Amino acid sequence: MKIRTLGRHVREGVKNLGRNGWMTFASISAVTITLLILGVFLILAMNVNYLAQTVEKQVEIRVFLDTLATPENVKQVEQNIRAIPKVESVAFIPKAEGLKQLKESMGEKAYLFEGLEKENPLPDSFVVKTKLPQDTADVAGQIQKLEFVESVNYGQGTVEKLFAATSTIRNVGIAFIVGLGFTAMFLIANTIKLTIVARRREIEIMKLVGATNWFIRWPFFVEGLLMGLLGALIPIVLLTVSYYYLLDAVYSSMPAVQLFKLLPLFPLAYQVALILAAIGAFIGIWGSLVSVRRFLRI
Amino acid sequence: MIEMFDVWKTYPNGTNALKGINVRIEKGEFVYVVGPSGAGKSTFIKLMYREEKPTKGQIFLGGFNVSRIKERQIPMVRRSIGVVFQDFKLLPTLSVYENVAFAMEVIETPPKQIRPRVMDVLGLVKLKHKAKMLPSELSGGEQQRVALARALVNNPGIIIADEPTGNLDPDTSWEIMKLFEEINQRGTTVVMATHNREIVNTMRKRVIAIEAGQIVRDEQRGEYGYED
Repeated sequence: MKIRTLGRHVREGVKNLGRNGWMTFASISAVTITLLILGVFLILAMNVNYLAQTVEKQVEIRVFLDTLATPENVKQVEQNIRAIPKVESVAFIPKAEGLKQLKESMGEKAYLFEGLEKENPLPDSFVVKTKLPQDTADVAGQIQKLEFVESVNYGQGTVEKLFAATSTIRNVGIAFIVGLGFTAMFLIANTIKLTIVARRREIEIMKLVGATNWFIRWPFFVEGLLMGLLGALIPIVLLTVSYYYLLDAVYSSMPAVQLFKLLPLFPLAYQVALILAAIGAFIGIWGSLVSVRRFLRI
Repeated sequence: MIEMFDVWKTYPNGTNALKGINVRIEKGEFVYVVGPSGAGKSTFIKLMYREEKPTKGQIFLGGFNVSRIKERQIPMVRRSIGVVFQDFKLLPTLSVYENVAFAMEVIETPPKQIRPRVMDVLGLVKLKHKAKMLPSELSGGEQQRVALARALVNNPGIIIADEPTGNLDPDTSWEIMKLFEEINQRGTTVVMATHNREIVNTMRKRVIAIEAGQIVRDEQRGEYGYED
């Protein structure tokens, strides 16, 4: 295609937006409303996912060693754990450190453990984190089988339930977003179809004087793209501003409570903007081309 | 040159529109296609510019085998043909000039060549002075002249007209017919489906009569031959 022709297609596409003013308005509104709903769910889903991740990341495996293990044995165990591919990090906690942590966790009643430093009954231990939280149980099982490992603790039972819950939440979120996306696509394709029906005469004449199919399609492509992007603009701005104020309100009303943490404005705003613009553009182009196809068979 | 060999057309609903058409139209000829409504005239015309595909048979038109070409070659066939319709088919939002220029734009003619050529054909149909008007501001005859200018602007070797005077009063019809005559004398082949007995009987040309999907008569300087 010649550059000059490309210029013509872009000009035509832009001009058509104006020529079919009301239809353009209807299509852009359809994109705006659906993307707004989609955007709200997207931000919600991303935050729920973030929350789930935060909780999952706290899952770790505590490995207690046999009290009879010599320092060489301890080293050997550490190497064996590191050799497991799914392991992310291994931290050694000597028994003195373990005792300190225990006392700290007891608070005022720490005196109960006074004097134990000399005859420390606690075993040496490791804290192991896996690359994927979901591999915790599997890795724990492998560590259990190692020599000099006395016991392994990762919150058995509770962790499995947590993972089941977070994966359900994620799947529901994805299903919701995909469903909304499809609804948006059909809604918009239908609106665009109406605008094209009004222009079938133009297409018919173009065909009769020997325009190629792609020559006819390009302006519609440009028009669809522009409608999708314009339709995405309003939800992007609206969602970014609202989220900014939401974060502000949450953190100023309860600054101390970090029970649940929301995603920061950036890069969330960029990600949402990119996703909405891409969906908008895709829906616009797809809707236009699908609708014009019917009239090309003359 | 247009040639058809044993062309059949059956529509999906079972109608046999054409049954074994054989015809040869030489370059530079002027041909009327006549016959009762529903006899297959329109189908005959539509096959030429490939709006319809024959069910059986071969159609050759200006070096193309129209019955065999691929979908993406259709535009190339249509660029060698100008088509004129009873209802003009002008774009209502474009001016006279733009309507004619449109036909050149869509086949990607360099912009510099468009203006002189458009003014040229508008001169031929005597509408230069109305170039800036919209179709709705013109009379029926003037609109048909714009449509004719559009059909001619890309210099096609063949003009196909489907009842071009069907919507016009007798005087205006004659004006249009004189233009067709002039175009034909410049060497363009003209194939015209018509119901206008007076024109066919006065401006004597070759007449092809189609009845029930078959050619029943084909004579030089023929008559219309039907009672209205």
